[in-house]
Amino acid sequence: MAYNNFTLEIITPDRVFYKGEATMIEMNTTEGEIGVLPGHIPMTVIVKPGILTIYEADGEEKEAALHAGFAEILPEKVTLLAEIIEWPDEIDRDRAEAAKERAEERLRTATPETDILRAQTALMRAVARIEVLK
Amino acid sequence: MASMRDIKRRKSSVQSTQQITKAMKLVSTVKLQRARADAERSKAYFECMYSTVHSILARTGSVDHKYLKEAESQKKAVIVITSNRGLAGGYNSNIVKMVKSQEGFDKDNVLIYAIGNKGKDALAKDGYEIKMDLWEVMEAPCYRDAMHLCDELLKAFAEGEIGEIYLAYTAFKNTVSHVPTLLKLLPVQAQELTEEEESKALMNFEAEEEEALNLLIPKYITSLIYGGLVEALASENGARMQAMDNATSNAEEMISDLTLKYNRARQGSITQELTEIIAGAEAIS
Repeated sequence: MAYNNFTLEIITPDRVFYKGEATMIEMNTTEGEIGVLPGHIPMTVIVKPGILTIYEADGEEKEAALHAGFAEILPEKVTLLAEIIEWPDEIDRDRAEAAKERAEERLRTATPETDILRAQTALMRAVARIEVLK
Repeated sequence: MASMRDIKRRKSSVQSTQQITKAMKLVSTVKLQRARADAERSKAYFECMYSTVHSILARTGSVDHKYLKEAESQKKAVIVITSNRGLAGGYNSNIVKMVKSQEGFDKDNVLIYAIGNKGKDALAKDGYEIKMDLWEVMEAPCYRDAMHLCDELLKAFAEGEIGEIYLAYTAFKNTVSHVPTLLKLLPVQAQELTEEEESKALMNFEAEEEEALNLLIPKYITSLIYGGLVEALASENGARMQAMDNATSNAEEMISDLTLKYNRARQGSITQELTEIIAGAEAIS
């Protein structure tokens, strides 16, 4: 059976962020950037900070900054359990830029005590936020 | 017999108490509605999280993972969620009682991570060690709080400080029924799959199973803690609403009782006065 689109559900701890029909989504995972089309084999992926692009069934495109969570992919349905996700209009641009600079500074002047992983994640988040605003 | 003035004073004091309990009941009703809406909105997330993690565990049950097997340390960490404020009936004491009566929970092998002042005070008085006091969290629980606590716990677990993690909270069944519940968070126990889950079990993982578990289990625990927080908040307000409702109707009863007494006393004094006047008039004539 061929699928034209699938149901996308994005759930955060305090609300249902998005629910609708989509023809494709793109996102960043621990294994690299992926695009998911309808009829995908069942798969669970873990999210890395990046941009989530939703290609809706009616042809519209939506973007959101996705920072943490995981997705359960089934042929007809994708459930994205997002710990942190934001629409572009919820992002504070100045704050994101400041966070980016801070993280870059921390990585440049890294000492053995610096939590590199944390700084890198912070940088990735800030970059994702700024990218989504463009 | 108490004098009329005494009864009157008593009655007005009960009346003002009733006004307070009535107001508190209204406030907690509003708060309950908000907390319940929050709890319901977040339910979808936990149910999905729970079923996903358990279907993963069911298939990787044999994997030798640090979060799945018994740790060496005998120490048990217990997150105790209670309220900061009292006047909520048995809400706080039920949780404390449950923790104290739990088998295997001794004062010397339990570390309390207290969320909420009431539980902390009661357990500290009984000699339990309070490892962490997070009373601010209960004012307005947010996901970030749960994340911090989870990081803290997993760090202690990784360092061998604690061997088991439990969550004690009050589950919110409905407005009038709140059940003190104890959940074991770590080590995670794999459960038998139901048939429906069996069919879902054909799942691939982009990341290696071990890595996936490393990333998923902290999220799983965080979501359980957050779920406990929002449910506890709803239960707290539900319990308070009930307690205040009872207090208001008790006050109502007392007031009608006192009104009756007051009227009797008033009548008694009038009768007495009359008798005295008549007796006086008779003595003169």
